[in-house]
Amino acid sequence: MRIRVSHRTVYRYDKPLSRVIQTLRLTPRPHDGQHVVRWRIDVSEDCRLEAQDDAFGNVTHAFSADGPVSHLEVLVEGEVETQDTDGIVRGAIERFPPSLYLRETPLTVADPPIRQFARDAVAGREGEIAVLHALLGAVHEAVVFDTDPTHVTTTASEAFGLRRGVCQDLAHVFIAGARSLGIPSRYVGGYLHRSDGVVAQEAGHAWVESWVPELGWVAFDPAHSISATEAYVRVAIGLDYLGAAPVRGTRFGGIGETLEVEVQVDQAFHQVQS
Amino acid sequence: MTVCFDEMKGEDGNLRATYEGLDAWLRDLSPDVLDQRCQEAEFLFRRIGITFNVYGEADATERLIPFDVIPRIIAADEWKRLERGLTQRVKAINLYLKDIYGRREILRKGLIPEDLVFQNQVFRPEMNGQKVPHDIYIHIAGIDIVRVAADTFYVLEDNVRTPSGVSYMLENREIMMRLFPDLFSRYRVAPVENYPDELLATLRSVAPDTAAAEPNVVLLSPGIYNSAYFEHSFLADKLGIELVEGRDLMVKGGVVSMRTTEGPKRVDVIYRRVDDDFLDPLSFRPDSTLGVPGLMSAYHAGNVTLANAVGTGIADDKAIYSYMPEIVKFYLGEEPILQNVPTWRCREPDHLAYVLEHLPELVVKEVHGSGGYGMLIGPMADKGKLAAFRTRIEADPKNYIAQPTLALSTCPTWVDRGVAPRHIDLRPFVLTGSDTVRIVPGGLTRVALQRGSLVVNSSQGGGTKDTWVLDV
Repeated sequence: MRIRVSHRTVYRYDKPLSRVIQTLRLTPRPHDGQHVVRWRIDVSEDCRLEAQDDAFGNVTHAFSADGPVSHLEVLVEGEVETQDTDGIVRGAIERFPPSLYLRETPLTVADPPIRQFARDAVAGREGEIAVLHALLGAVHEAVVFDTDPTHVTTTASEAFGLRRGVCQDLAHVFIAGARSLGIPSRYVGGYLHRSDGVVAQEAGHAWVESWVPELGWVAFDPAHSISATEAYVRVAIGLDYLGAAPVRGTRFGGIGETLEVEVQVDQAFHQVQS
Repeated sequence: MTVCFDEMKGEDGNLRATYEGLDAWLRDLSPDVLDQRCQEAEFLFRRIGITFNVYGEADATERLIPFDVIPRIIAADEWKRLERGLTQRVKAINLYLKDIYGRREILRKGLIPEDLVFQNQVFRPEMNGQKVPHDIYIHIAGIDIVRVAADTFYVLEDNVRTPSGVSYMLENREIMMRLFPDLFSRYRVAPVENYPDELLATLRSVAPDTAAAEPNVVLLSPGIYNSAYFEHSFLADKLGIELVEGRDLMVKGGVVSMRTTEGPKRVDVIYRRVDDDFLDPLSFRPDSTLGVPGLMSAYHAGNVTLANAVGTGIADDKAIYSYMPEIVKFYLGEEPILQNVPTWRCREPDHLAYVLEHLPELVVKEVHGSGGYGMLIGPMADKGKLAAFRTRIEADPKNYIAQPTLALSTCPTWVDRGVAPRHIDLRPFVLTGSDTVRIVPGGLTRVALQRGSLVVNSSQGGGTKDTWVLDV
């Protein structure tokens, strides 16, 4: 599938900000089943984008701009060619052994209810794949998709307590549960081409990769209760949302921020070459 | 309890040569005079304002660390051995950190279990594969040493994150020289006053290659609410460098600069006393207001040196500590000059069994704790406390290590108008530059002021002493 992504973030301020600095994780890398055809990032302010790889191998871009800035726009556009790999991720950059991904982070603490939930969900299942599919179904069922009650700093424990959340929260609950079962798991941020034909989305997508010794890293999407398919564009990984966050930034000054995010994920059709 | 080695009288009660001068001086001095000097010392400390904060004590945000006027004296040959041992240990720790964040040979050889590193919160994935200027991670180390016999010194703890206490070393000496010039005339005491110069030389030597010929060094402090703020301002003043907080610095185009009245000025070396977690909200805790947004990107670009480096906690973590003899042998091919305290790792079943069986004799520590918190001293604990600790260990064995209760050496100390032995330790400060390793002779001697107490931490009621290393 050839997927076209356009991701526009616009910040507006009533009173302009004096300085802004951001780190972006918005650039996909190729791996088996994912070929980046073209990709670019544009920032409305006149500044240099400094590219660096982070410790997990994600591409990051850092920039800073001095104010007054009352309108800041970050535009990401690109095309990615994907193939279905049954959710198995091969050929990606791996900087750490799987055991690193057993680490708990503040956002993914497996509290006693999550531990209990995970144990119950996989009772009687044997082998990582069966266990992970059982957990996948259970998280999908237990935590209702709801954009209202949670925000970017909501922990797995809080979201699980509410039984509600967005893809980020479902991913955190899954990660906490899987790690509590001794299965290395990590957070994935990226884009999803929706099969229902809806192109405009409010945000990117998030899912999970878990380590299965005989297969390697396998991607699971608790928001849809499936393994990742060719409709998924994988952009960044981390121990949790913070490690893979599309944007981390600090602003100085600036009052009355309004944020507008437009994500469009569409299928791009091959042009006939003559 | 077992017999302790007394710094003054050894194990057998015979006056040691090093302490002859002190002994004679003490006998000449009337208790009234000494008492009066103690009051003068306290007055001087209050005037300098050398206080510290104890976390969790609302009524006493600032407290004076008790100072004992009787110095602890170390002979020249004893110090030489310590110095060699410290240099060796810190060299090995630097090589270990370079390896852990690089090729991970020590893990591949199986000398340290992988999970102890990767699942450890103080291992910073952000540092993986990142080169640090001059390959130096630990520029300033405060190695805690205890003595259990005439010739046996143990390293109790390697403090290689943001060790504090050096201001007490300097202040204690200054006050002792003012109060007791007569006692100094009986000894040839090696100076410690050059510590700020040595530290500055160290920090300058590790500036990144892209820095100017005269690198700009600053001290980054979390601010006045930090328990060691006094030390931060004291050191910045002694070094003649700017004392800054996060908001004074900014990162632009991969370079750190400092706001000044003449516009931004590039910063090359940051002696940071802010913990990893708070250093950069774009890389670590997003809610931190103490750090500098984007600092890690400048660090990764090689345009700034952080002293100490980020992620050094993976060297002084208590779980890693027990592997330090192997670390020294692996990287240097030498036998360790300074020994470790024998340590049982509760993560290993046979060690755990031993620990649970011998709990009343042991000191049990939380792997990630510090400052004497969350610790069990078996011989001092009642049945209830022992039982409670046993439950905690059994619930999470990985989180604990245990050590024999050490008979820490004692040193004569002025208490209740008399001289009595009290347990002590020693924290020398080891400076590693790109050119050389520097150790000012001495360090901070901490003393447990309560009779029989083995806890010397200032947060737990410990005091300090001036530490004399003799020149000959």
